[in-house]
Amino acid sequence: MTNHWIDIGNSDCVLIMGSNAAENHPVSFKYVVKAMKQGAKLINVDPRFTRTSSKADIYASLRSGTDIAFLGGMIKYILDNKLYDKEYVRAYTNAPFVVGKDFKFKDGLFSGYDEKNRKYDKKKWAFEMDKNGVPKMDRSLKDSRCVFQLLKKHYSRYDTTLVSTITGTPEADLNKVYKTYAASGATGKAATIMYAMGWTQHTVGVQNIRAMAMIQLLLGNIGVAGGGVNALRGESNVQGSTDHCLLFHIWPGYLATPSTKWPSLGDYLKRRAESKDPNSANWWQNEPKYMVSLLKSYFGEKATKENDFGYNWMPKLDAGKTYAFLDMFDDMYKGKVKGFFNWGMNLACSLANANKNRKAMGNLDWMVNVNIFDNETASFWKGPGMNPSTIKTEVFSLPACVSVEKEGSITNSGRWMQWRYQGPKPLGNSRSDGDIIMELGYKIKEAYKEGGTFVEPIMNLKWDYMTDGMYDPHKAAKEINGYFLKDCTVKDKLCKKGTLVPSFAWLQADGSTSSANWLYCNSYTEKGNMAARKGQEDAVNKIGLYPEFSWCWPVNRRIIYNRASVDLKGQPFDKKDWVIRWDGKKWIGDVPDGGWPPIGSLEKPDPKSKWAFIMQVHGHAQIYGPGREDGPFPEHYEPLECPVEKNLMSGNTQRMSPVAPVYGTDADAYKTCDPRYPIVGTTYRVSEHWQTGLMTRPQPWLLELEPQVFVEMSEELAKLKGIKNGERVLVSSARGSLKATAIVTKRFKPFNIAGNTVHQVGVPWCFGWRWPQTGTEDSANLLTPATGDPNTKIPETKAFMVNVSKL
Amino acid sequence: MKVTRREFIQISGATAAGLAVSSLGFDLSPVKAHAQMLKTKYAKETTTICPYCAVGCGAIVHTSQKGDGRVINIEGDPDHVINRGSLCSKGSSLSQLAENENRHLEPMYRAPYAKEWEQVSWDWALTEIAKRVKKTRDATFTHKNANGQVVNRTVEIVSGGSSALDNEECWIYQALMRALGLVYIEHQARI
Repeated sequence: MTNHWIDIGNSDCVLIMGSNAAENHPVSFKYVVKAMKQGAKLINVDPRFTRTSSKADIYASLRSGTDIAFLGGMIKYILDNKLYDKEYVRAYTNAPFVVGKDFKFKDGLFSGYDEKNRKYDKKKWAFEMDKNGVPKMDRSLKDSRCVFQLLKKHYSRYDTTLVSTITGTPEADLNKVYKTYAASGATGKAATIMYAMGWTQHTVGVQNIRAMAMIQLLLGNIGVAGGGVNALRGESNVQGSTDHCLLFHIWPGYLATPSTKWPSLGDYLKRRAESKDPNSANWWQNEPKYMVSLLKSYFGEKATKENDFGYNWMPKLDAGKTYAFLDMFDDMYKGKVKGFFNWGMNLACSLANANKNRKAMGNLDWMVNVNIFDNETASFWKGPGMNPSTIKTEVFSLPACVSVEKEGSITNSGRWMQWRYQGPKPLGNSRSDGDIIMELGYKIKEAYKEGGTFVEPIMNLKWDYMTDGMYDPHKAAKEINGYFLKDCTVKDKLCKKGTLVPSFAWLQADGSTSSANWLYCNSYTEKGNMAARKGQEDAVNKIGLYPEFSWCWPVNRRIIYNRASVDLKGQPFDKKDWVIRWDGKKWIGDVPDGGWPPIGSLEKPDPKSKWAFIMQVHGHAQIYGPGREDGPFPEHYEPLECPVEKNLMSGNTQRMSPVAPVYGTDADAYKTCDPRYPIVGTTYRVSEHWQTGLMTRPQPWLLELEPQVFVEMSEELAKLKGIKNGERVLVSSARGSLKATAIVTKRFKPFNIAGNTVHQVGVPWCFGWRWPQTGTEDSANLLTPATGDPNTKIPETKAFMVNVSKL
Repeated sequence: MKVTRREFIQISGATAAGLAVSSLGFDLSPVKAHAQMLKTKYAKETTTICPYCAVGCGAIVHTSQKGDGRVINIEGDPDHVINRGSLCSKGSSLSQLAENENRHLEPMYRAPYAKEWEQVSWDWALTEIAKRVKKTRDATFTHKNANGQVVNRTVEIVSGGSSALDNEECWIYQALMRALGLVYIEHQARI
């Protein structure tokens, strides 16, 4: 989230789209209700009328997979009716930037498309630079090739009538939503978006979110209280696990994983583009400090300047290749993977195309499963349709303790790092994951003492996070913050060896500091464990920041991009709910997004100041985003499996995303406009279960509340199929099928798509054959396709084609 | 007198229970208050954050200091500035996550082609896993890729997990996996 949970209560208008927050983030609704009590409107857009919809002032339905059409229509509405915040757009976004002549859009393709490799050459989308090497700008927004004019042109096709035929949303509802939301463009008004997997799990996932970010920028809603782009993350520590980069493409603190593109450390440290604009913060020129400090945390004293701090001991990716889950299991299915750690996951139920993944695991030599309960992945070899006597995979299943049985921190969706304590000791012979990881590391190091292949990284790995023979989370937390490794003078202060670094502003690129994650530098300092704080006082601006409760990154800044919440003189746009304010000498309120003084003027910016969006090379927020794989402007493409033969958006003859990944094994069938699968399928959650249900299905209370997998369908579809409420039916797709209990409801209604009736159904994905022990309730991912977003490779599990039939 | 939110709820809870039954002609409130106090009075009280969605609600765990030393009760923490004592159905059931007869409590091993699990010791399991990691890594380690570029990795050992680990555990886990040369390191954020 750019903002945080409590801040939602400050909003004048809350849009919940691509999320069912009342169901899946129930306590967050406290703040939605708080905002509504203060006059805010709640808008909810969802294919199904959900618990969130039941609280909304305005509910609008839309067919799964058509969010860009919907949002594109809102962009056109905002531009046509001049509801954008002109001052904000001119000063803080790249709307004034002039785009190079090579940028074009025709028939659904941007310039630079390589049809053979299904990839774009993004250099075609570059800005035009002026003679100083800075993007050419027209702050009056009139130049025919400035971003603002190109934006207008791109979304001129998204008129409400056409949007309505694509999404199935009645035109009157579209206009109601647009008018209510766009009112937040007025100075002093703020609207927020709460979104989740309903937007990310698509072949256009990233562009869904881009479209909303663009709307928020047009309306001046970023950096302000009650505004922001608020991703509702789904797991207690998925924010932390993402920050610490348990992902192939990033190293802790969102540094790129080394690849063949940067053979040496020197190549890596030069990689970031530098802006020649003197008012750009050029923040990423600090990256060498973060990377070298991280390497010192990996290898300690063994990392020296002479050996490039151990850079070449670490594995490299092939440049341009992805190693995401869809790729991992594709390789596993083809027999190319021998060993698999399934650590606190349940991939037999959570990854799209479950039949392919479950079969794939039979090709492994060995699997290590670490979890609280037995599950569909650990026991895959005795699952439905499996014959154990033909499966040679060895499985080691290690019992992990539950969260209340250990000490450590987790980071919520609002970036708040919160420390938690041990209640009871681990039950039985279960252990904390930290203990297991430390001991496994010791045993591997022991095994390599006799020699082996390329032993350096293993023997040199710093591995001392223990106290009295037990894993010590405080030692690891301090390493994450970072230390001064020798006496040195930084910012005219003497820093002693072995003391904790106050913040990332103190990190060095010469090996004199360590920090396992620069973003978390400031979380555990000589002042103590900041994540353990429980301060009850709010800050001077009283907008619910609670700056002394826990700690958030970066440097406890609660609302990021907050220098866009003030005018050029540093005075808040919103006088009542202000985030920061310049008092003549310094900023007060939230931690400012950089302590530099206000810009002062656009024509003659203060040379001591920096543009507000400090993490962007040119300091301006990206309405035009030339860095994504699928284009600088979001465009409506249908999901890979969809109910229409061609894209109904005018000027677009590409039915689906021209760069979405597809896989070619015999387990990867995709069927569009196939009469055998004429119904749109989607997946979602229920409040009483969590994710695959691994932790919740074995609990009697929660299983009693939600005991069985179901398929929700409209009364019209049920009548067509002769299906009664409560009847057991079969849901099938090109990849697999699932028996589920039919829920016949008014909450789904058939869509009118360009004159045709299109039905949609939904299945919760929280079930699996292991619990309940009848084995009759299995995973919705048996239906879903292995395809996904071209930027993130997150699978498209929210829109695919199915059929429903009586048993 | 200055009373914290938590104390207020404890006091009012005991009193309300008493008031509800006093219309029956007898006053249970001192008995109920005494009973409630007994359960948690000598318990260890710790705070935690719910392990489910990412709102990050605070909860209070009461752990018995006698007998089996297990969880007596888990409830919302009124002093947490986000949830102020509220919990959803999953958070409210947290004691059933900790105190659950279905929990996996011993290391288990499934041999090739076996139909059932067998119980093993921690030491055996971790030693055998380390052996396999070394064997597979040494057999599949690639110093240079097909283009002759130095990569120092293995793509034949892969890892999935986890957003259920604490921050500190996440960090040491990825450090170990990367030092082993894995590039296929993924978790729930990719779902």
